[in-house]
Order: sequence, then C-alpha cells, then structure tokens
Amino acid sequence: MSAPVAVRPTSPPPAGAGAPVRRRRPRTPIVVGALLGALLLSAVLSIGFGAEPLPPRVVLEVLDHRLLGGTADPTWDAIVWDIRLPRTLLAIVVGAGLAIAGTGIQTLVRNPLADPYLLGVSSGASVGATAVITTGLFAGAGLWALSLGALAGALAAALLVFGIAMAQGGLTPLRLVLTGTVLSSAFSAFASFLVFRSSDPQAAQSVLFWLLGSLSGAAWDQLLLPTATVAIVGGLLMAGCGWLDALAAGPDTAAALGVPVRVLRNVLFVLLAALVGVLVAVAGGIGFVGLILPHVARLLVGARHRAVLPVAALAGALFLVWVDVAARVAVRPTEVPLSVVTGLIGAPIFLLLLGRRTYRFGGSS
Amino acid sequence: MTHGARFPAPADDPRIPHLQARGLACDVGGRRGRRVLADVDLAVRHGEMLGVVGPNGTGKSTLLRVLAGVRPAAGGEVRVDGTPLAGRSPRDRAREIAMVGQEEQPQSDLLVGEVVALGRTPHRPPWAGGDDAERDAVLRALAAVELDHAVDRSVEQLSGGERRRVLLARGLAQEAPLLVLDEPTNHLDVRHQLALMRMIRRLERTVVVAIHDLNLAMAVCDRVAILHDGTVHADGPPEDVLTPAAIREVFGVEAVPVRHPDTGHVHLLFTTHEPADDRC
Ligand SMILES: Nc1ncnc2c1ncn2[C@@H]1O[C@H](COP(=O)(O)OP(=O)(O)OP(=O)(O)O)[C@@H](O)[C@H]1O
Ligand SMILES: [Mg+2]
Repeated sequence: MSAPVAVRPTSPPPAGAGAPVRRRRPRTPIVVGALLGALLLSAVLSIGFGAEPLPPRVVLEVLDHRLLGGTADPTWDAIVWDIRLPRTLLAIVVGAGLAIAGTGIQTLVRNPLADPYLLGVSSGASVGATAVITTGLFAGAGLWALSLGALAGALAAALLVFGIAMAQGGLTPLRLVLTGTVLSSAFSAFASFLVFRSSDPQAAQSVLFWLLGSLSGAAWDQLLLPTATVAIVGGLLMAGCGWLDALAAGPDTAAALGVPVRVLRNVLFVLLAALVGVLVAVAGGIGFVGLILPHVARLLVGARHRAVLPVAALAGALFLVWVDVAARVAVRPTEVPLSVVTGLIGAPIFLLLLGRRTYRFGGSS
Repeated sequence: MTHGARFPAPADDPRIPHLQARGLACDVGGRRGRRVLADVDLAVRHGEMLGVVGPNGTGKSTLLRVLAGVRPAAGGEVRVDGTPLAGRSPRDRAREIAMVGQEEQPQSDLLVGEVVALGRTPHRPPWAGGDDAERDAVLRALAAVELDHAVDRSVEQLSGGERRRVLLARGLAQEAPLLVLDEPTNHLDVRHQLALMRMIRRLERTVVVAIHDLNLAMAVCDRVAILHDGTVHADGPPEDVLTPAAIREVFGVEAVPVRHPDTGHVHLLFTTHEPADDRC
C-alpha cells in the first residue's frame, strides 16, 4: 500500500481513543535492497572463511579474474572459484528455497508451525538416501547416487501423501498436516530400520550427517537443478501472490474472493514438493530455516506474499550463508552438520519472536 | 416501509429474479455429509433485501455459502439473473456475488487496508495489487463502515466489532451487485447495527442477510425467509412472516407485536416465562 491517499478520510478517529498506535513497518523495497546488499557483502566475506582463511581482497581478485579478465593467483583461484564460490552459491539457493518453501507450506496448511519437511517429502528422501548409503543402490550414478536416491524417495513420498490426502477428500490443511506427519514418522522409522540392519558401521554416521544437512559436496554442476527449481517455483508463487493472500485468509474466504481453491492447493502442493525434494536431494535436511524465516519476513514487512516471499527468500539466503560459515569453522578440521547450527541459532530466534506481543505467527488473534 | 424492489431491475426482463434457488439441497461435512437443507426455493429480486432467520443450526450459514457459490449445492440449482451459477468461473462469480462469513476473522499481521484490499482479488490478475484505483475502492468501502481513518492500522489494534466492520468493508470492496452477509451485525453495538443495516440498504445492491435479531430484520428487510426443519418455513414481507404463531412454532418463544407510538412500525416483545425447547 504505497499509493498516495486519493480519498480523504471522512470520519475522525473516535474521541477518547487517543492517537492510534501505528506499528511502523519499513517499506518492502527498502528491506529488499538492504538484504540484497547484505547478501552480496556476506557472499564475498563468507568465501574468505575455511581451512585457509582468505582476505576479501583475494576473493575479489579471483572474481575480477574470472568475470572481468583480471589476473589472479592460480592457487587462490582454484580454492575460490572451484570450491568455495559454488558452496556459497548453493547456500544462497538452498536458503532462499527453504524460506520460500516454508512460506508456501505455512499458507497451504494455514499453520504457523509448518516447515517445508511437513509434507513427508524429506523423510521420504531420507529413506532413499539411506537406501543408497546402506545398500549401494544407484551405485552406477557415482557421486550423484545419493541425490538420486533422495530425489526418488522424496517424489515417492510426495505422491503417497498427495494420493492419501486426495483419497480422503482433498488437500485440506488439517488433513495435509496429519497425513504428512504420520507418513513422516513411518518413513523415518523405515530409514532407521535400514540403518539398523546395515552391516556397515560407517552407515549410521553417514546417514546422520546427511539427515542433518550439509553443503560440503557443492560443485558447479550441482547448482543448475536447484537454482532453476528455486527460481521457477519462487517465480510462480510470486505470480500467484494475490491468490495466496486470499488462501491464507481461509478456504471459504478465498472461494468467496474468486480463487479456485482446489486447483490452487493442488498446484501449490506439487510445486512445494518438487522444490523441497530437490533441496533435500542436494543438501539433506536443514531444520529451522523454512520454519523461522517466513515469520521473520512477516514481522518485517507484514503478511502479504508479494512482500513476504522476496524478503523471506533473501533473508533465508543470508542466514544460510553464515550458518554454513559457522558449520565449517566451528570445529575445524571437521564440519558440523547444518541443522546443528540452525537449531542452536534458530531456537533462540524463535523464542525471541514468541516473546514479541505484536507478532501472532500469522494466526487470527 | 416499502416492500419490493427499490430501483428498476437492470436485467432485460424485470420478472427474472436476481438470485434464485430452485429445489436446492445443501449438505454439511464433506462428501458423505449430512443433509441439512432440502428443496429450498427462494427468489430475490434486484435491489431487494432478503433476511434469512431461523434457530441456531438450521442451516442459514450453509444456505448462504451455497447461494454465494462458495460451496457446491448437493441438489437443485442457484441462478443469477436467470443463468446457473455452477457454470461460472470462480472469478466471474466473485465479481457477481460478495460474501462475508459468520465466523471469519481477519488475519493478524495485515493492515486494515490490506484486509479490505483482499476484496479486490477478483478484479485483478493473481500477481497484481495495490494500485491507486484499488486504494480508492478500499477507502470507499472503509468509509461506508466508518473506519477509513484506520486504513493504515494493524487489525490487531481493533476491537471485535471493528474487525467485523473491516470484514464487511472487504465484502463491499468487492463491488459485486449481490451481497451475501452471514450475521453482519454480530459484535456490533446498537448504533452500528442500525447504521450498518441502513448503509447496506442504501447501497442499491441485492442483499441476502442471515440475521438473529428479528426486530432488526423487521425494520430493514424487504422480505424475510424463515428456515426451519431443513426447508423454508415461510417467506414474505416481514410483518406477514414474523407472526407470533410462526415464532412460537419455529423458536418456541412467545412473541407480542407492539406498534411503536411514533413510527407505527411493529416491534416484537419476547416473553421468556416458558423454557424454550432444547431442539437446537
Ligand atoms: N462441518 C460440519 N460437519 C457436520 N455438521 C456440520 C458442519 N457444519 C455445520 N454442521 C451442522 O449443520 C447444521 C447447519 O449449520 P449452519 O452453520 O448452517 O447453521 P446456522 O443456521 O448458520 O446456525 P447459527 O444460527 O448458529 O449460525 C448444524 O446443525 C451444524 O451442526
Ligand atoms: Mg450461521
């Protein structure tokens, strides 16, 4: 609502009500601009962190060399361009994707506690990934085997949740939450069973590391699929932001406002399942990002999707860039799984949000 | 009080009702739901204001949802200007009929203006919103419910009755010729109840309103339909329909009609010495 007031208010505020307390909200373009700037800066700085700390000057030199034809030391070039830059870019893509997915799912199921993994997609992916780790499934695909297994598991799980919810009468919020939660537990149990049965003592460790999320395998050729998925799904959600606003107000309200609720829900489910499936396949399960950042965005710019989606995406990207930095410098020379970091940072943030009386987690008060 | 249309029908044939239900059946509770209404016949002329009354749980809200096309009919059909509602796209339908439900609550974390702007959804593509023309429509709608000064406030800072009026403004901002309102006067103080109903009358729109206050219905509606036992028990001018006999039969309450000494309007006084039966 940035348009100038064209109609003068006719009635004054009721006498005795005092000056209305207005919650000051920064304008969305300003927030988006600030986040973009912070993200660019963070990306450059984050590349400097790692086993071999690099000053930003070296990072910029390499970027200048690669993009604008300057000169740079080949050693630094290899570290920055081949290893750290793809990793930072993957953090940006995955962080943005998780925040978008979280925003979408919270609208789809109308539940502020929903996170992207609610649809059972991630536990399905974990079954696939565990099967790959413990049984050597897809061994022919080499490095891609794990992602392939996770993606296959994710899509199978999404189909199952979708099928069961539809068979019971449609994707209503409650049914989706319950079906997703129940099937998630079942898939997790199955994944645990696979680990338990496995004779490989390393399996449990690898599965756990994967389940808790990591960007350690990032490489240029891994970036295309998640980037395209996040861009397409994010773009489509933005294209339906007005309808998403109506859906967030409730199914009957949305229907009264001329939104094809059933179609919108089905499309939303498919988009979110594809997005989360791809994200889980490349980065494992990263908790808290998709749960919290939509709330942070709503707190900043209000609940309209037109504002929330870009702000949440940028904030998610920014958040995950620094989470990944923390994950790789905290316990050198090993890496901490991302969920460990997001959990440790995320829980206090969530409690902080809970403490704010002006924020109601999107619910009707 | 004038009964009947307040302005000429825009349709080619004034005999075609603006909104018509024929043999309408309504279920609640999804696919294997329960039938709450069967064989409902209603016709609302252009510009007419129809009040729907009946005890709790008779299916007023259910009927209104089906009339507004928000839920599908289980049988029979709804026609708008003579053409079936079922054939229209949701968007076309929402430009024709606006509805505000009984239990709706505006989402928190939205400004009052943003809640009202939701009413513009059927008038814009799904990706657009918030231009100058929309701001005008939003402020007009808010002015009608006397809340235009609150346009930039958070809905959380409003009282229950003010929130109710904001939701009504959303329905008004939809600028549809047909307005379906489910107990719009809930939570409103006595002045706003009257002011709101009079404002709705002045809109020159066709209105279907579920209402519990029989005196208010009597005062503002052109016609009243009583729902009872799953169908329309009576339908006609308020004073003909809301008789002591009908009220006793439907609500189990004794009513005494009294003429107002100044206006001559009929008001109902209810006696409570007898416990109402507990059917609902
Ligand atoms: N989802 C549901 N599942 C099962 N029964 C339902 C459902 N919703 C409503 N009902 C039942 O349908 C009947 C009609 O409900 P409806 O809300 O239309 O009544 P109403 O006339 O609007 O009542 P009130 O005056 O209290 O608003 C009620 O008996 C109610 O118990
Ligand atoms: Mg009702």
